[in-house]
Amino acid sequence: MLRIHELNFRYKNINALEGVDLQLNKGEILSIVGPNGAGKTTLLKCIARIVKPEKGTILIDGKDASEMKRLDLARCVGYVPQSSPSKFPITVFDTVLMGRRPYITWKPSKKDLEVVADLLMSMDLEDLALRSFDELSGGEKQKVLLARAFAQGPNYLLFDEPTSNLDLRHQMEVMEMISGMVREKGVAAILAMHDLNLASRFSDRILMLNAGKIFCNGEPLHVMTVENIRSVYGVEVTINLSDCHPYIVPIRQIN
Amino acid sequence: MEDIYQRYKGFTGKKVSLMIFLLVILFAVALIALSQGAASVGFKDSFTALFRGSGLAHAIVWKLRLPRIVMAILVGWGLALAGTVFQAILRNPLASPYTLGIASSAGFGAVMAIVFGAGFSNEYLIAGNAFFFALLSSFLILGIAKLKGSTTETMILAGIAIMFLFSSLSSLFQYMGTMEEVHEIVFWFFGSLSKVGWKELGIASVMILLPIPILLKLSWDFNLLAAGDESALALGVNVKRIRMIGVILASLITAGSICFTGVIGFIGLVSPHITRMIIGGDHWFLLPASALVGTVLVLMADTLGRIVWAPQVIPIGIVTSFIGVPFFFYLLMRRKREYW
Repeated sequence: MLRIHELNFRYKNINALEGVDLQLNKGEILSIVGPNGAGKTTLLKCIARIVKPEKGTILIDGKDASEMKRLDLARCVGYVPQSSPSKFPITVFDTVLMGRRPYITWKPSKKDLEVVADLLMSMDLEDLALRSFDELSGGEKQKVLLARAFAQGPNYLLFDEPTSNLDLRHQMEVMEMISGMVREKGVAAILAMHDLNLASRFSDRILMLNAGKIFCNGEPLHVMTVENIRSVYGVEVTINLSDCHPYIVPIRQIN
Repeated sequence: MEDIYQRYKGFTGKKVSLMIFLLVILFAVALIALSQGAASVGFKDSFTALFRGSGLAHAIVWKLRLPRIVMAILVGWGLALAGTVFQAILRNPLASPYTLGIASSAGFGAVMAIVFGAGFSNEYLIAGNAFFFALLSSFLILGIAKLKGSTTETMILAGIAIMFLFSSLSSLFQYMGTMEEVHEIVFWFFGSLSKVGWKELGIASVMILLPIPILLKLSWDFNLLAAGDESALALGVNVKRIRMIGVILASLITAGSICFTGVIGFIGLVSPHITRMIIGGDHWFLLPASALVGTVLVLMADTLGRIVWAPQVIPIGIVTSFIGVPFFFYLLMRRKREYW
């Protein structure tokens, strides 16, 4: 179980996160939604220890994350950033192999190579294995970064806007890969999302952030209400139900 | 799955073959270099003199040609390795000991030791001071990267400033120095392998070769740094620590390569680029292969400099510039994806 208690993060003089409490069980998918600057990315970065929270504790399977060794943390928490720079050429295989870094001492073992080969196979990336990462399309890149996080063998997966900049087909493919991984391996996932419909469709729970604070937290149907969206996003919407999932149709912004 | 695994194995196997190929070329060029020079000691004589006894041929080979060849190999190895490390830790394809001004400041350190110390007699002082100034500039670059972001442009502008500062300071020493001192340091501005004996070789080889195992151990961390600080941190890399170790080791290697030979440009910039084009960006292979490319380039350039205008010897730094500048333009023009 992942437990976050009273998390605070300050960026210069702005409280980016304030008193965030959160619990996540294995097998669950949690989406974090909220307007730009609400603190979605910051929350993920705190969990992955890319930034250091000012106050509060993060317990990962009962262990305090701030006291874990970085490599140990990398074995149980996988992180997929919004974008990955590629100044230098590196193959897709080697990119996914980076996910095995927490297990490599000098050079990758046979097992590391097999894990990567397996993943590429199961994710339909085998034809790209020896292509250069920077030559791929946006959707392919995202899939490779997903594979890299899976290769870490983590219990908790963090995704920073995994579907932004993707076409409809790749959006569905990426979301289905994430939920497939969660169901199959019994891991848990946290996604920072902009697309409220995708978030509602694929998540067990939704956390709505506003200006660094939790606005509400619960099942998609409970969180995605006309009132909540109006006060957090300042947009008037109608909500349709289809297949027990809420579908949000934006109408106009409110001044 | 077996198929991808085998294909990847074949892919890495090819990189190993390429390194063996480079070693063969290096050996061939070294043999040619051994047989060339002002004295007419030809191919066969010089080769036998390597193993046998005494006489003029033996002295020429062991006192003049061999130290020069070994130094060329060390310098090429060192500059290329340092360039690869600087490019990795700054995530900057234009970084190198030369373009960051670190070679110039190491050179200044050495010149300072020669002028204020006891001329060329105190090799340790020269090497130590060169390392000190190389470190100083490296940390300056790291500091600027931290404050202003490590964009390609910022780094290179800072590097140019540092290069000018230390070249001017070296020129100042030259201007103020006595005739004798000037004579001793003037070769610095061209880069030359002519003043090297076995003692200098000993010191330089320690500085250049000792860091290699540590760099290889860090090769996966260098790969991850290329994927961005965030990814690297999330994959368990202590980014700050790796940067620090990388900068210190690359400075040590730069100082070792520069302190007895003067500033030799372009090798540290060009070798990693050539190597990446052939074998890609995995540092486990890139570090040694790029170093090998550096050795071949420097040894070829030096041999060329000795042959072209014999018995005059063109300083190595001038030859590498002649080869390096057109290549640099070529890199800029082709620039399909950013720089390499």
